[in-house]
Amino acid sequence: MEWLISLSIGVLTATGIYLTLRARTFPVVMGLTLLAYAVNIFLFAMGRLTIGLPAVIDKYATSAVQYSDPLPQALVLTAIVIAFGMTAFLIVLALKARGELDNDHVDGVEDKPATSTVKQEVK
Amino acid sequence: MSHLTAWPVFLPLITGFFLIIAHMGGIRLQRSISFLATLGLVVLSFFLVSASMSVDHHVYLLGNWEAPFGIVLVLDKLSALMVIITSILAVGALWYAITTKTDEKGAHFHILFQLQLFGLNGAFLTGDVFNLFVFFEVLLLASYGLLLHGSGRLRTKAGLHYVVINLIGSTLFLFAVGALYGVLGTLNMADMAAKIAAAPSDDLGLIAAAGLLLLVVFGVKAAMFPLYLWMPRAYANTSAPVAALFAIMTKVGIYAIIRVHGTIFSDEAGDLAHFYTPWVLGLGLVTLLFAALGVMAAHGLREQVAYLVLASVATLLIGVGLNSPEALSATLYYLIHSTLIAGGMFLLADLVLRGRGAYEDRFESGPFMPGAIVIGSIFMFGAIAMTGMPPLSGFFGKVLILNAALDSSWFAWVISTVLIAGLLMILSVARSGSLIFYKTLSQEAGSGSSAVGEPLNRMAFVAVIGLFLASPVLVIFAQPITAFTDLTATQLFNSADYIQAVLSTEAVATTATVVEIKP
Repeated sequence: MEWLISLSIGVLTATGIYLTLRARTFPVVMGLTLLAYAVNIFLFAMGRLTIGLPAVIDKYATSAVQYSDPLPQALVLTAIVIAFGMTAFLIVLALKARGELDNDHVDGVEDKPATSTVKQEVK
Repeated sequence: MSHLTAWPVFLPLITGFFLIIAHMGGIRLQRSISFLATLGLVVLSFFLVSASMSVDHHVYLLGNWEAPFGIVLVLDKLSALMVIITSILAVGALWYAITTKTDEKGAHFHILFQLQLFGLNGAFLTGDVFNLFVFFEVLLLASYGLLLHGSGRLRTKAGLHYVVINLIGSTLFLFAVGALYGVLGTLNMADMAAKIAAAPSDDLGLIAAAGLLLLVVFGVKAAMFPLYLWMPRAYANTSAPVAALFAIMTKVGIYAIIRVHGTIFSDEAGDLAHFYTPWVLGLGLVTLLFAALGVMAAHGLREQVAYLVLASVATLLIGVGLNSPEALSATLYYLIHSTLIAGGMFLLADLVLRGRGAYEDRFESGPFMPGAIVIGSIFMFGAIAMTGMPPLSGFFGKVLILNAALDSSWFAWVISTVLIAGLLMILSVARSGSLIFYKTLSQEAGSGSSAVGEPLNRMAFVAVIGLFLASPVLVIFAQPITAFTDLTATQLFNSADYIQAVLSTEAVATTATVVEIKP
């Protein structure tokens, strides 16, 4: 299970970084979302990977070792909520930028002049 | 355990809630509630400072859970100092927003403003790293709203960059916090410091990596080289009161480095004691040079002020990087000065922009602007303070930092960089002042264009003067203020007391009966 978890964190982070470096706002939003997924799994793994153990000590536990760490789960929950809100805000901002700057480039300038001439021809 | 420690966090939050309801009562009601609450915060923060003088650490257990199991708020001299700077700056910014009617350009200015203060004060008072992350998110989310307040093409563009880089910063913050938790098993700063001292040597590399990752995160907030590129454009394009309030936002990064790294990697930390300081010092020097070049290359006054803020941040980083109680004390003195003066300069730049009409704040000769003599004199005052010329507080702050650098092995680098950067900044600010105020076009040439600005808004001008007054006050009362910053620095370097105070605070005995649940 360890290699599967670490591989998925690695792939998610790498994809996230690649997409964040793209020039259009939509891939950037996607990249940030993937990074948020990666960090959530990472936080989970930091509580050590356990199978079939209760999250809080229960009365049947014979020793303190027989429960999974509840704190990372709380951290992940907080991180998910925050990432949710931030992504929603970023999408709205990206749409606003698309409307005000007339393109979805992150710098607000079209890097290919060819496309703008095509638009003019269409008009 | 007094509840005083928690009030600066909850007052803006409660005010924010009331403002949502007050939205129905119109802008006047919102203004008066918001302004009164911010004034109340100033009064409160004076109480905090005096409380921090009498007892070293006020530890407030949220939910009455003992550290390290619950989240604690800790009030010490540094927290009290940061809260008081924030509240004074907020009063100035809010007064300007109200008098220039900037707050009418969007629906929820006052609510966002109060939530911003909530996030800032929370970040200054918390003693838990994850809670610091949460408060960072609160202040960032409020700042996104404030930055875009009033909207406009350039503002949206700069806002997009600001949001994206801060989201990446938040992700890195979580990675760093997660790694530290995985190794140390705690998130309470005092407990982390105690655990690092006892960490096996195999784990030290991982702890150091996570510590440096945290430094990157705080570097994004503080606009440290090479992570400053988002900052000048965002600050230059937002509305003036927001830019003024944001003068404290970069200092949040500095505060976080002093608090988190200073506590966790203190003298107690064995091999990792102060391992981050050469990075802070080196990057601070580079940031200062780039900031000085940015000041020279700026096209408009607001952009120039943003780069001046960057230069002040760089000076603070150098002070933190020198890593001695004297240097830290000088850094805190300079922090008070640079935050309040930078806030005033942003407001002043906006007054210039309003006065010059179509010429805005660009460095070109325009027609003689209304009230140029008054604004120009105050600009000169602010420029002297900001660039660190005698007799104002910027000079004293720099002298104190350079004096503290005398013992450092980096002495030659520090003094040459600070002096060269200072010279470049003085030259370029003098040039921009003369272009805007002296070399005006003659009446005939000027009247042809549509460049007639609005007359000087006297009520708004009061905010600028109020914030600039901090500079002479800092000089006149230099002795008691440096005495206070000395005490603060000594307290910060004596982190064993902090650890002991947090971990030994006991929960308040409650009268509630414990109900036993039968299986």
